[in-house]
Amino acid sequence: MLADFINIVLSGVALGMLLFLITGGLSVVMGLMGFANMAHGSFAMLGGYICAALVNDLAWPFLLALPAAAVATAAVGAVLERLIFCRLYQIAELEQVLLTVGLVFMSVAMANYVFGSVPVTVPLPHFLSGAAEFAFFDLAIYQLFLIGFGGVLIAAMVLGIQRTNFGAKIRAAVDNRRMTTSCGVNVDRLFMLAFALGTGLAGLGGALSVNLLGLDPVFPLRYLVLMLLVVVVGGLGSVHGTLIAALLLGVGDVVGKYYVHEAGAFFIYAIPVVVLLIRPIGLFGRR
Amino acid sequence: MTVVQTSSVADREASWLGRLGMIEILFWVAMAAGGFLLPEHLVLLSQILIAGLFALSLDLLLGYAGIASLGHAAFFGIGAYAAGLLAKAGVSEPLTGLVLSAALAGAADLLCSLIVARLSGIAMLTVTLGIAMLLYELMNRASDFSGGDNGLQGVAMSPLLGLFPFDFYGHTGFWYCFVVTLAGYCGLRRLVRSPFGLALAAIRENVRRVPALGIPVRRRVMTAFTISAVIAGAAGALLTDTTQFVALEVLSFDRSAAALIMVIFGGAGTLIGSLLGAATYLVARDELAAINPTYWYFWLGLMLVGVVLFGRGGLMGWIDNLWRMFRKGRGGGE
Repeated sequence: MLADFINIVLSGVALGMLLFLITGGLSVVMGLMGFANMAHGSFAMLGGYICAALVNDLAWPFLLALPAAAVATAAVGAVLERLIFCRLYQIAELEQVLLTVGLVFMSVAMANYVFGSVPVTVPLPHFLSGAAEFAFFDLAIYQLFLIGFGGVLIAAMVLGIQRTNFGAKIRAAVDNRRMTTSCGVNVDRLFMLAFALGTGLAGLGGALSVNLLGLDPVFPLRYLVLMLLVVVVGGLGSVHGTLIAALLLGVGDVVGKYYVHEAGAFFIYAIPVVVLLIRPIGLFGRR
Repeated sequence: MTVVQTSSVADREASWLGRLGMIEILFWVAMAAGGFLLPEHLVLLSQILIAGLFALSLDLLLGYAGIASLGHAAFFGIGAYAAGLLAKAGVSEPLTGLVLSAALAGAADLLCSLIVARLSGIAMLTVTLGIAMLLYELMNRASDFSGGDNGLQGVAMSPLLGLFPFDFYGHTGFWYCFVVTLAGYCGLRRLVRSPFGLALAAIRENVRRVPALGIPVRRRVMTAFTISAVIAGAAGALLTDTTQFVALEVLSFDRSAAALIMVIFGGAGTLIGSLLGAATYLVARDELAAINPTYWYFWLGLMLVGVVLFGRGGLMGWIDNLWRMFRKGRGGGE
């Protein structure tokens, strides 16, 4: 009973970590440029497919394929930011949403064309699969790995934003973009870097989630709503808000699905509606 | 400022009546002619009318009040499921079912607008989307009640008004859709010219100044939401009545997105544009999906991108511009 509960909460935390990796960049992008990028999930899908291709077709080791997928996705993100996305910051919110949803639809069709419609899996190395026995319960090693790996990344991200020069510039630009520009910070370049970093993280999240969330061409469409909910519940531009929202929704979803089996994905949509009813700007939103 | 806006509204009204009234008449005459002359396409024509009515309901929000909803399919779906469930429960006269379903959708939206009308921007988009997804998931899970993924089957409609049975070729279905959509259109056309419609336009133009005119913003927005949901629910009920089946797809995100495309492509804030947008969208979908159904999403995406990048004012905006050029070319003053 207790063992079950711990197991369920830990899978919820693992799911929350994945959600945070995938949406963390989106939160910064939305907070920094007020840019509602629905196509963020397409980058997670891209990372997943790159990782799967490297492991399955080129026989790369999984742990090497992960950073490769992240770097490749970040590079694609940087290029697309310069080519397409940087032109969209000025248009109205609804138009951004529609246009990027259009890009999501196109990415779904393209992934279908290139990778086929069959879901893809990535075989895990032996030391990451199976279960670890503890005193009185078993835990899936991959979930422990996710929690550990996610924890390290999140710590790095939070420290990076709180302590580094780059993080300080991002925080300044979120707070007051014009003032930051007049202090001599090149906000456009800052934003390209933040965008690339965010898409890279999404790619990494996508690669890590292949076996957990499933990877097929409709991935970005299936998780679009969830990603948006995480960002809005957390509050735009707030990294720790996003983290807490991701964990809340991850744990809420898994626990809800386990104990109220019939409810399905009900909780993951119900929690945000309740949160936004109480706090329309999200948990840690400002303004 | 206020004076300028009033006169620009008046200008728009005048131009609307003068130029675009012709297009309205053309559309409805063409539809009626299609009903007589294209018996093999009646199903597509009915679909256009249903999608058009749904798009009209969204145009009231988007084009007039300036409120964007990403989850408008929620109310279309409520109407569709309510009509189906009512028919199964014994209320199988279509028009009665339609009125009840539309009322239910309106009541549901009144409840939702208590939350939604407090929000704006991204939060509003997200919550409307979240509500639609919540309903989708509920209907997906409650399969005893709704048929879940298989859809609601065994919906049998009795003859319309007890007089006209639904036939295999869709004649009754088409004319039923025609009359209901025309009624909805005329009602909305009247509504947007009423003080209420002008108040919505004022909210769209400058939400901060509206209270100074003595207009309660929140109440007007909630009323707009509710009226819009009643019409969306009626459109959903029409779909159930004519297809005698409810698919889970009525609540899907695709349907909300499609309605937005229709409204924006046709020209938001023109009403007739939504109907033209629905016709264009559905014909394009028919043709493109016939080429290759798997890659339909690509074309859908491309349409969305194109509509945003090049669709300023939509179809009606382009027609308006052409008309102006034509008038200038002939040297006629305005």
